[in-house]
Amino acid sequence: MEQGSLLAKISEASCNIRSVLEMAGSLQVTLKPEPSVEERELANAAADQYEQNLTVNEDLKQMLESNKDSAKLDAMKRIVGMIAKGKNASELFPAVVKNVASKNIEIKKLVYVYLMRYAEEQQDLALLSISTFQRALKDPNQLIRASALRVLSSIRVPIIVPIMMLAIKEASADLSPYVRKNAAHAIQKLYSLDPEQKEMLIEVIEKLLKDKSTLVAGSVVMAFEEVCPDRIDLIHKNYRKLCNLLVDVEEWGQVVIIHMLTRYARTQFVSPWKEDPASFSAQDISALGMNQDCVIKDGVLEEDNEKDFYESDEEQKEKDQKVKKPYAMDPDHRLLIRNTKPLLQSRNAAVVMAVAQLYWHLAPKSEAGIVSKSLVRLLRSNREVQYIVLQNIATMSIQRKGMFEPYLKSFYVRSTDPTMIKTSKLEILTNLANEANISTLLREFQTYVKSQDKQFAAATIQAIGRCATNISEVTDTCLNGLVCLLSNRDEIVVAESVVVIKKLLQTQPAHHGEIIKHMAKLLDTITVPVARASILWLIGEYCERVPKIAPDVLRKMAKSFTNEDDLVKLQILNLGAKLYLTNSKQTKLLTQYILNLGKYDQSYDIRDRTRFIRQLIVPNEKSGALSKYAKKIFLAQKPAPLLESPFKDRDRFQLGTLSHTLNTKAIGYLELSNWPEVAPDPSVRNVEVIELGKEWSVALGKAKKEKPTEKFYSDSEEEESASTTDTESESTSESEKEKNGKEEGSSMENSESSSEELSDSESESKEGSAKKKFKTTEESDSDDTEKKTKMISKKRESSGSSDSESSSTEESSSDSESESDSESDAESRKHKNAIASKRKQMAVPEKKASSKQDVSLLDLDDFNPVSTPVAVPTPAILSPSLVADLEGLSLSRSSVIDVSSPIFVPMKTHELLHRMSGKGLAAHYHFSRQPCIYGNQMVSVQVTLTNTTDQKLENIHVGERKLPAGMKMHVFNPIEFLEPEESITVSMGIDFCDSTQTASFQLCTKEDHFNVNIQPPVGELLLPVTMSEKDFKTEQGMLTGMNETSTTITVAPQNSTRLVLLEKVVKAANLGVVPSGQDNIHRFSAKTVHSGSLMLVTVELKEGSTAQLIINTEKTVIGSILLRELKPVLSQG
Amino acid sequence: MRIKLLQNRVLLGRQSVSSTCTPLGSTMIHSLFLINSSGDIFLEKHWKSVVSRSVCDYFFEAQERATEAENVPPVIPTPHHYLLNVYRHKIFFVAVIQTEVPPLFVIEFLHRVVDTFQDYFGVCSEVVIKDNVVVVYEVLEEMLDNGFPLATESNILKELIKPPTILRTVVNTITGSTNVGDQLPTGQLSVVPWRRTGVKYTNNEAYFDVIEEIDAIIDKSGSTITAEIQGVIDACVKLTGMPDLTLSFMNPRLLDDVSFHPCVRFKRWESERILSFIPPDGNFRLLSYHVSAQNLVAIPVYVKHNISFRDSSSLGRFEITVGPKQTMGKTVEGVMVTSQMPKGVLNMSLTPSQGMHTFDPVTKLLSWDVGKINPQKLPSLKGTMSLQAGTSKPDENPTINLQFKIQQLAISGLKVNRLDMYGEKYKPFKGIKYMTKAGKFQVRT
Repeated sequence: MEQGSLLAKISEASCNIRSVLEMAGSLQVTLKPEPSVEERELANAAADQYEQNLTVNEDLKQMLESNKDSAKLDAMKRIVGMIAKGKNASELFPAVVKNVASKNIEIKKLVYVYLMRYAEEQQDLALLSISTFQRALKDPNQLIRASALRVLSSIRVPIIVPIMMLAIKEASADLSPYVRKNAAHAIQKLYSLDPEQKEMLIEVIEKLLKDKSTLVAGSVVMAFEEVCPDRIDLIHKNYRKLCNLLVDVEEWGQVVIIHMLTRYARTQFVSPWKEDPASFSAQDISALGMNQDCVIKDGVLEEDNEKDFYESDEEQKEKDQKVKKPYAMDPDHRLLIRNTKPLLQSRNAAVVMAVAQLYWHLAPKSEAGIVSKSLVRLLRSNREVQYIVLQNIATMSIQRKGMFEPYLKSFYVRSTDPTMIKTSKLEILTNLANEANISTLLREFQTYVKSQDKQFAAATIQAIGRCATNISEVTDTCLNGLVCLLSNRDEIVVAESVVVIKKLLQTQPAHHGEIIKHMAKLLDTITVPVARASILWLIGEYCERVPKIAPDVLRKMAKSFTNEDDLVKLQILNLGAKLYLTNSKQTKLLTQYILNLGKYDQSYDIRDRTRFIRQLIVPNEKSGALSKYAKKIFLAQKPAPLLESPFKDRDRFQLGTLSHTLNTKAIGYLELSNWPEVAPDPSVRNVEVIELGKEWSVALGKAKKEKPTEKFYSDSEEEESASTTDTESESTSESEKEKNGKEEGSSMENSESSSEELSDSESESKEGSAKKKFKTTEESDSDDTEKKTKMISKKRESSGSSDSESSSTEESSSDSESESDSESDAESRKHKNAIASKRKQMAVPEKKASSKQDVSLLDLDDFNPVSTPVAVPTPAILSPSLVADLEGLSLSRSSVIDVSSPIFVPMKTHELLHRMSGKGLAAHYHFSRQPCIYGNQMVSVQVTLTNTTDQKLENIHVGERKLPAGMKMHVFNPIEFLEPEESITVSMGIDFCDSTQTASFQLCTKEDHFNVNIQPPVGELLLPVTMSEKDFKTEQGMLTGMNETSTTITVAPQNSTRLVLLEKVVKAANLGVVPSGQDNIHRFSAKTVHSGSLMLVTVELKEGSTAQLIINTEKTVIGSILLRELKPVLSQG
Repeated sequence: MRIKLLQNRVLLGRQSVSSTCTPLGSTMIHSLFLINSSGDIFLEKHWKSVVSRSVCDYFFEAQERATEAENVPPVIPTPHHYLLNVYRHKIFFVAVIQTEVPPLFVIEFLHRVVDTFQDYFGVCSEVVIKDNVVVVYEVLEEMLDNGFPLATESNILKELIKPPTILRTVVNTITGSTNVGDQLPTGQLSVVPWRRTGVKYTNNEAYFDVIEEIDAIIDKSGSTITAEIQGVIDACVKLTGMPDLTLSFMNPRLLDDVSFHPCVRFKRWESERILSFIPPDGNFRLLSYHVSAQNLVAIPVYVKHNISFRDSSSLGRFEITVGPKQTMGKTVEGVMVTSQMPKGVLNMSLTPSQGMHTFDPVTKLLSWDVGKINPQKLPSLKGTMSLQAGTSKPDENPTINLQFKIQQLAISGLKVNRLDMYGEKYKPFKGIKYMTKAGKFQVRT
């Protein structure tokens, strides 16, 4: 304070000195009358008078003409002062614009300020300045280049659009990131000036999005949001970079990027929310670990842990599968969530809020909780910040009470809070109320009711009412409390209480005669119309409960009728009508009197009502059929009003947005899309494989909108070719790729995370190579059949086969680059490739199954058959199963081409340990039909452990194993503890040696051990393979004689259609479907898990509902067992 | 023109996959109006085309409805614009926006503007802003480009536009030289954008103030309803070159809810609980923290009160005593008691045992400047209140707000262990100061 006043004094003194000097200076140079007076006038913000303005402008012009910089500067300062005050200074334009080339940098700056303000109004003259900027754009000083671009782009003169475009293009390739940042800003300016430039600007945006500088990132994303927020495909390849750069971007950019990525993620990843409670625990673990490794494991762990899905209702299957599906979070999804977390520590409230909304909209429910602490911290901030944050918390607290329950007390109201803060806090407190805390809350509310801020007191009464309806335990307490308030001295409080009590009584039509009586007495004193009306309504509604009082009230009201408010009059009429119907003896005359009064009332509403009621209740010859039902009409049971939070439906808006605050859609609000049912392919985000990325963005576009796709495709092709011709941009993208790779390894900020990723991908690729060993030669053959669909086969090659192969399909340049890259780079690339290939593999077999039927399908809807199940004649049965596949696919799938993913993953679980015999520990297992991650001869088994006791079960592990010779088992890691009512799914690998022998082992807890067995159905000892019909026949030809078992079966009629038959067979055994040329022959192929021997199944439908079932395999034992098992499957309905 | 635009939009529509967005082309903050408490618009700045100041009429309307300045809603929708405002130093900073934008983004930015003004001119008031309108304009021009924040770090801004000093003003007027820097602020491009290069001091010093504020609500009986500590570490670092500092704590576990200045290396904090940073030059807030665990919050003072109104008489009794509670042997200073008395209170006749007291019969605000608390002789304020005759007694007793200060104590027990400097050779002078203050400290009676 002291300092301030001192400074003020000093500046005052300096002002004096300055004005003296100025006076001296101006006397010397120009002969103008009393400049200092004029200036003082300006400084004091005197009311602007036109004539004075004119004279001021005259001498300003003179000053600007002078050849002294100080005079010019002075003039410019005064002009800026005028602009600041909103005065018109446009007539000075010619005088000012001459100074644009001034050597004095401050004059120049002020001229810029002037230009930006008035150029639009004086376009022709403004053009005079353009050449100055064009020259400055070539200046060696980056500051000058940047500011020239800034001003040039801020001059809103349409004629210079081409110049601006050129300048932006050049600046976007400038060496200085600061200039590039300004170029990004200029994009938006140009766009708002001339939207026709959109396409060219998008090109620039695309280029700048690849920029590695943190300085540029925020601005370019801003431009992206402004110009082409729907071109989400531009983000794909920059997604990971943006995630990684985020921490280092300046805070305003962070907000913009986070909001954009939130939108992006909602279109690219599947929902992490649909998991069932069982997998929640696993998610929690991953939340603690927060690393990818963990997540990947989770992916495996969480597969299919619904138990009785299959048994329940077959017809429901389709729906169920969509709703309940095993979930594995995409590593990119996780990356975003992880990289935004540190920003919760930002000092910028907008950043914290942005992260909070990201977690709210994207993170698994169990993780969203970490934002609450930071949001609560923001409540210490300024009132405006508090207001917004509280609103958002209010919306959150409706859906997820748990998030803010621990912070209940932070929302307690202080008497010094502004009213709007108070009411928001109250809202949150009400949302958080539950059985446990309600008593504390009510005590707190008592204090609020007494508040001197009556508006707030009234809001509190409403809140009490809401608590009372929501928590039945306290309804009576609240009601009593509210009744006590009726004797309050403040009328607003009483009136509000009456209204709330009325609502409460209505929700609880118990015997509350006493309260009604009490309220009837209040009618003598209370004057607030709403309250009076409420009381009258209550008495009317429950008049049979207070038979003595009601007529008396009516009598009193009849007396005062003419003086009442309209609202009250209506209720008096209402009361009269009701009493007339129930107690006409006592009230007939009174009611008629009131009706007569109402007939001549001033308000037409009341006259109408009177007429209506009279016709309805007073019997006369004209009265229609309705009057018979008058009693039913008037005394019908009325639904209780809902006491709801005003924030109830706010969550339709993205949190943290203006629209959310206003609760209406603001201009330019971008809707947050719903999660896709199936994630679009994640490989589009792979920076390394450009080819794939391009193709996939196309596919994505198709999936999004089913409109003529050729156009779109060719468009992007053009872009592609454009970018290749533009060598510069190409080179930047190349170098960026390199950088990205290195970044993962070296960047300080990300070193931790990337090392995780690395180690991860290493193990990944090892497995991958292991799988490759048992790859057969079928690959090339299968490719034959798909020559028509070149695109796909290319993808399969590049993704499915080893790394070197994939790069061979690319341009040689990228090839050589990958070789020269560091080890780590290659490793991480492998990892990404692996992921990509997995996704593709899921889709490919599906295509194969249907490709014979409808080849054109492939082009049209590419890899996204599930999202468009209606439009595409894909076999309806297979689509949902594909969903299951997509989900069931763990992240650790091998990348071997011939083993396809299962057509169908049964949800059927088998009991491992009943909870009775397991002393509360229940265990189920099922076969996930995935190649086992623990060894390629193993069958992967998912075991779901559930704690049905009310105590923690500790140290659950596998104890002694009793396995037949040759059998091997990979057990799950011991589980430290399992909370009551929780369950966890773990995965095991068992090598059954291609036999159906039982694997016995002990399942142990800390105290007990239980013997359990797993016996595999023969169908689970197989892995599906894909092959063409031709190959099938060739293979079959080699497996005849001893290796063939066959039988004739009767097929149930409903099984004879292709789809049903396919479904039945793949359900029973893990077989791959071979496309068949004949309608009556169905072929399936698989290989045994342990030895990899082929297993070929043929079903040939014959006339008279018989069929020939043939199985060709070297493993005759399994073959015959499978034959036996398939028989009933087909013969039963 | 308009039609042409629309046509363009139609043409473009073909390309856009989902046409939810319309290229209205207005970004973030369109215009800024500064309005004083008497409703005069004394400064306006537009970053895009001019928005008529008549848009502020909607604001004035809202202001009228709100009766009190602090009840003006921060977000006011109008038919074509949205007005977002913050109220500080008796000035409304009203930003005009046209499209969807995170409201906190704008609000936070407006606060940053106020902070910058304060930093530049020492105070932020209508007079100062009017006196320095050119600097204000230049600063605003740098802070926003096309409505998007460009440079908000005051270190950078000060390099771009030099804050006015007496000497410079004099020199500038005589020589005609400028306030405007002609060099690109080096920080803008470096990895440490918050620090300028080429800093030189003869006395190298680094001071840290650990300041904690206690927010508490104490109920009638003296028990704590809620209590939290809001702490900050404010630094004043004047060190030559590019020093790299580390600050470690004796008990870092206290700090589980923190927010940092962007200079703090987050990873290091996560792994080692050490604050490692290259400091900005001058004054800055290094971190702020929040201790919410109630058992950790010691309440250093208590208030004994006896305030009673009687229904029949027009006199009420008023008596309060303030005493030290858990002060860790330190003196409680700067004690100030304020209370908003109910409307029915006409006047108060009170005698304090120490300090000064005032009662404003218009605003009904009682304030008592107590000063230091002497544990041997507790300060008290006793007397009577005269109530409006005829009215019944107020429902609620007034809430007592307390302010106090305790030097050399961080009430949470936070202690700095050591401060080390790397990267430079000289030996800096280091100092750490602790202080505890009352934040929003309320006693219900």
